[in-house]
Amino acid sequence: MGETPVTKLFEAPLYPYKRSQDQDAAAPVRHPVVIIGAGPVGLAIAIDLAQADVPVVILDDNDKVSVGSRAICFSKRSLEIFDRLGCGDEMVDKGVVWNVGKVFFGDRQVYDFNLLPEEGHKRPAFINLQQYYCELNLVERIRALQVEGKPVEIRGGSRVANLNQRDDHTLVTVETADGAYNLEADWLIACDGAGSPSRRMLDLDFVGRVFEDNFLIADVIMKADFPTERWFWFDPPFNKDQSALLHKQPDGVWRIDLQLGWDIDKEEEKKPENVIPRLKQMLGQDVEFDLEWVSIYTFQCRRMEKFRHGRVIFAGDSAHQVSPFGARGANSGFQDADNLGWKLKLVMDGKAPESLLDSYAFEREMAADENILQSSRSTDFITPKSETSRIFRDAVLDLSEHHAFARPLVNSGRLSVPCVYDGSNLNSPDVDGLPARTRPGSPASDAPLADGWLLDWLGSGFHLLGIGTDVPETLQIDGIDIAGVSIAPATAGQELKARYLGDASSAVYLIRPDQHVAARWMEYDRAAIENALAIALGKGGEA
Amino acid sequence: MAEIVTTPNLENPDGFYADLLTSHEGLTKAESDAFNARLILLMANQIGDREVLARLLEAARR
Repeated sequence: MGETPVTKLFEAPLYPYKRSQDQDAAAPVRHPVVIIGAGPVGLAIAIDLAQADVPVVILDDNDKVSVGSRAICFSKRSLEIFDRLGCGDEMVDKGVVWNVGKVFFGDRQVYDFNLLPEEGHKRPAFINLQQYYCELNLVERIRALQVEGKPVEIRGGSRVANLNQRDDHTLVTVETADGAYNLEADWLIACDGAGSPSRRMLDLDFVGRVFEDNFLIADVIMKADFPTERWFWFDPPFNKDQSALLHKQPDGVWRIDLQLGWDIDKEEEKKPENVIPRLKQMLGQDVEFDLEWVSIYTFQCRRMEKFRHGRVIFAGDSAHQVSPFGARGANSGFQDADNLGWKLKLVMDGKAPESLLDSYAFEREMAADENILQSSRSTDFITPKSETSRIFRDAVLDLSEHHAFARPLVNSGRLSVPCVYDGSNLNSPDVDGLPARTRPGSPASDAPLADGWLLDWLGSGFHLLGIGTDVPETLQIDGIDIAGVSIAPATAGQELKARYLGDASSAVYLIRPDQHVAARWMEYDRAAIENALAIALGKGGEA
Repeated sequence: MAEIVTTPNLENPDGFYADLLTSHEGLTKAESDAFNARLILLMANQIGDREVLARLLEAARR
């Protein structure tokens, strides 16, 4: 193995165990919110709540960022969420932006494509970034919030050993180097990953389809000058009857995924003496590289039946797991975080009924189903399950070389896009005549403004967006502040008009704190906004 | 509901049938299977209409 400073990052304790005052308290100390797991999703929820002055304690059995690139691809929506959490620039500045993908079949390239990210967005379609950098940026953001005096704390070396659900709280038993102690959580958020011990402790289901396949993932530090492109191979000579993926990451680290099939000896395959010859076949015998990380995973597509269990809420991989194709794991976890933070805050403040949290479960379970469907279809294409399935797969790839029509059928992963919450009971009925892409339930599309980007203006909190018509700068309804953003027709750019007006001359949008559209109209009407706000807060209202 | 044509619609049925068989001549079973798959995909794209394709899949199952 080579000497590289990056390996130090995931070896250094970032939040080492420190004795907490809670351990010396006579009775268990009550906390408003306890998050289990300092992975990307737990950290994101903690930041969102801390920014809103909700006290949060994060418990993690470890004290470091994760090892290896893992999640690697972060979507535009995740970057927009990081912007709201105050660490978008750190992610994008470090990440690798890519647009070009190449598809290989057998020993030849069949076609290449440009991801063609639509113009007029602050953030690119995707960046590649090792998960440890993502986690580091989130931890550093928490440190910055602590300096500002925000009530957020990470307790490392603190393993949750038992959960006991009571009427209005959960009793949490935490094991540390100094022994066990109890604390109480008004609200508990379990972000403890696919193997979620919390789920097991509460004896909750996690059902779905286990795919019979293994993948070898390697982070390779390479001197070679490969282009910044995503290369996907079906049935390459160096991995017969299987698939392979190559992705560029920061620091000259390349991520390689090699499909291995089902009937393998995992421990054997992971040994450098077996991994290195495989990689040499792929990269060329003369290419110099060092292995930073090697792992083998078997993937699964499954989800919990319910993401909310009273005052215990599940988010990220603990609630749902998908195959890796399409980068729908961590990216959907950030959307969980985005969806949950504001709802929990409003419920805790007594400004919304507890049932608002059921909409978190509804909306994110729907998103999980969409992600599972998409990633299962990718898996069925990449790993045909029958002879006929393979014949059609190969026919699609053969045709794709010369016929453009076949290219949309090639499925090496449908890349993560945020779910449109159609059918959510937080949506107001839509009006005719405005573009479908910004209908109630959809994530607000970014667009350039005369001075910055729309999503930066929408930030956190409820917003009223008036285009071609003025809306009040501030409104207060039922104790909820709504900030108004008015954009005159003269300053509205083409993208903003296309995405929010279509053929209409004016529109007013009520946008939720997670930047999803709650309701929209052609004109400003305070009574309609009051009603739509009540609906968006889960109070019903007149549909 | 989309209608599919299940009454005679082919120009020169015998000629088409002969062309179909000729296309498979000299192919191994695996090559023929691949040929058929490519042909189905090309024809599907030519039709395009999702509802028509669904009706055709249904008709082929009987």
